[in-house]
Amino acid sequence: MSILINKDTRVVCQGITGQAGSFHAERMLEYGTKLVAGVTPGKGGTTHHELPVFDSVLDAVQHTGANASVIYVPAAFAADAIMEAAEAGIELVVCITEGIPTLDMIRVKKYLSNKKTRLIGPNCPGIITPGACKIGIMPGYIHKPGNVGVVSRSGTLTYEAVWQLTQRGLGQSTGIGIGGDPIVGTDFVDVLRLFQEDKETMAIVLIGEIGGSAEEEAAEVIQQEITKPVIGFIAGSTAPPGKRMGHAGAIISGNKGTAISKIAALKNAGVTIADSPADIGETTVRVIKQTGASAG
Amino acid sequence: MKVYEFQAKDILRKYGVCVPRGKVISQGHDAPKIFQEIGSNRCVIKAQVLAGGRGKGGGIRFATTSAEAQAIAAGMLGAHLVTRQTSPKGIEVNYVLIEESVSIKNELYLAITIDRSLQTPVLIASIEGGMEIEEVAKKSPDKIIREPIDIFFGVHPFQIRRIASKLGISGISSTRFNNLVTNLFHAFINNDCSLLEINPLAVTVDDKLCALDAKMDIDDNALYRHQEFEQMSQYQDLSPVEVLAKKYKLSYISLDGNIGCLVNGAGLAMATMDIIKLHGGEPANFLDVGGDASLEQVTQAFKIILSDSKVKAILINIFGGIMKCDVIASGITQAIQDVGIHIPLVVRLEGTNVDIAKKILENSCLSIISAKDMKEAASLVVKASK
Repeated sequence: MSILINKDTRVVCQGITGQAGSFHAERMLEYGTKLVAGVTPGKGGTTHHELPVFDSVLDAVQHTGANASVIYVPAAFAADAIMEAAEAGIELVVCITEGIPTLDMIRVKKYLSNKKTRLIGPNCPGIITPGACKIGIMPGYIHKPGNVGVVSRSGTLTYEAVWQLTQRGLGQSTGIGIGGDPIVGTDFVDVLRLFQEDKETMAIVLIGEIGGSAEEEAAEVIQQEITKPVIGFIAGSTAPPGKRMGHAGAIISGNKGTAISKIAALKNAGVTIADSPADIGETTVRVIKQTGASAG
Repeated sequence: MKVYEFQAKDILRKYGVCVPRGKVISQGHDAPKIFQEIGSNRCVIKAQVLAGGRGKGGGIRFATTSAEAQAIAAGMLGAHLVTRQTSPKGIEVNYVLIEESVSIKNELYLAITIDRSLQTPVLIASIEGGMEIEEVAKKSPDKIIREPIDIFFGVHPFQIRRIASKLGISGISSTRFNNLVTNLFHAFINNDCSLLEINPLAVTVDDKLCALDAKMDIDDNALYRHQEFEQMSQYQDLSPVEVLAKKYKLSYISLDGNIGCLVNGAGLAMATMDIIKLHGGEPANFLDVGGDASLEQVTQAFKIILSDSKVKAILINIFGGIMKCDVIASGITQAIQDVGIHIPLVVRLEGTNVDIAKKILENSCLSIISAKDMKEAASLVVKASK
């Protein structure tokens, strides 16, 4: 088990001949991901990393049976790329691209609302089921198969958390970076519900950050629906209001989006909060011991 | 990107929104001419800074003669305006807007922004104009009207009627309100705004609806398709260091502490600030070099931190994924060779090519304090900064 992806997931890479797409396609192949095709408009019929390249996602789906896609195309074309994948019937679209205008993403979400496609991202590191399938840009070797589900709005901070888990012998069922933008395809709530249903996931690590109210909404769902232990960390306790901390979504406006409010909501929902980013691994070990959840 | 009031009003005017007649100046001696051109017996002079609370800070004043207008404008220009939203030092005023003073019956609040939970634009209105909307939300939440907007349809006429009725707008004003909301939404969408706020929206004595103030934030991610704002962005009050950071596509924010930080990734950069504080230190900046920074970017990033005189120690915290640790190591040694370093440097590297990176640093013979993890790094850098 695991969520959303496994060893049978067939992936097409949109933007495979670009610099980022090409580099990460190779890393995914090395990891063992079933990358079956690439798409670059105008380069259909060629090959890249010995994979067939198609002009459109629809062609790629028809010829290779791809059911997931990863997008590395530039921000100006990424919204179109997501919708193209959805229209071609792709079930899971992972958009790595950073810098897509917010209004474009609102239109994309509206477009996806009557499609069966799930979008992860944009502006995210992707999703990985350790030992089975890696779709994205995370370094593979820091992961280890196991039973902790990891969900995060961040990239490198997720690596930090995963590495702390792996070093302490705690493997991961699936790790998902949902992205740092104000509008994302899949939010904490969606992922929490998937982890709750997943038999292999025994505990959940949730890494949030300042801005928006996604963590508060997650807290509500944790309280009502999640019976598995949840360990949390919120980045940005020391961030000043009104300043955008790198991610488009990470900004405190007025009293909204502060770390204090998020931590309080999560604690109230029974989440164990790691006060320091260096203690995410330790805290998870402790919680698993206390709750008797079997993980490893 | 925030846009000045006068720039936002210029845009709104193009969209058929009623704004007071006026002009922006940067020299006090231009004030009398503008005062006479406006031809009103009372003008308002407004300091153009990208911060709220100007009225109470003395940044909005009235003049009834051209001499008075000149005196006020000259007093504002070049001075620092301090409001509750600025630092205690205030912001230097380089432009003032001189406008006709409008006779008003009452003041409303109207804004369009993005609702992140609903994932749609939302229109916010209130009869409590002139006040800060956060204050209204706290004191009388029932006075705030929210209408989600369908991005493809725009604001439906029935929604506009519903809002108008709640705002007490009727008669001739309803048609004007309908046009205003429709025009505002077009301005919001076409300019890729993340916020378009009219506060106050004045109902004038002749029942016109007039935008007395305008706040416009443009989505930074959409600037590539709005070259018209490139011209505007040169007006922005960025410090020289922030301009330099921008040039090298580094996400840099100056803070008040004395520990310089260089990190890859926004989340990890925030977490690094947090852990410094947890260990009793204060970060001097937020700096995210990004996911796959080049050698030049890393070198520049390090130089930016070194150029900050309040920095007493530096922490480099890198979790290499895409970013290769050896690029960071080379960037650090390059920057130190170029400009030298006279303060302690703590380095924590993990991830891709970490072994190569450690060799580069060892061979450089620089006095670098290595940390094995985040906790040790934070504790070492805080100690070094004291």
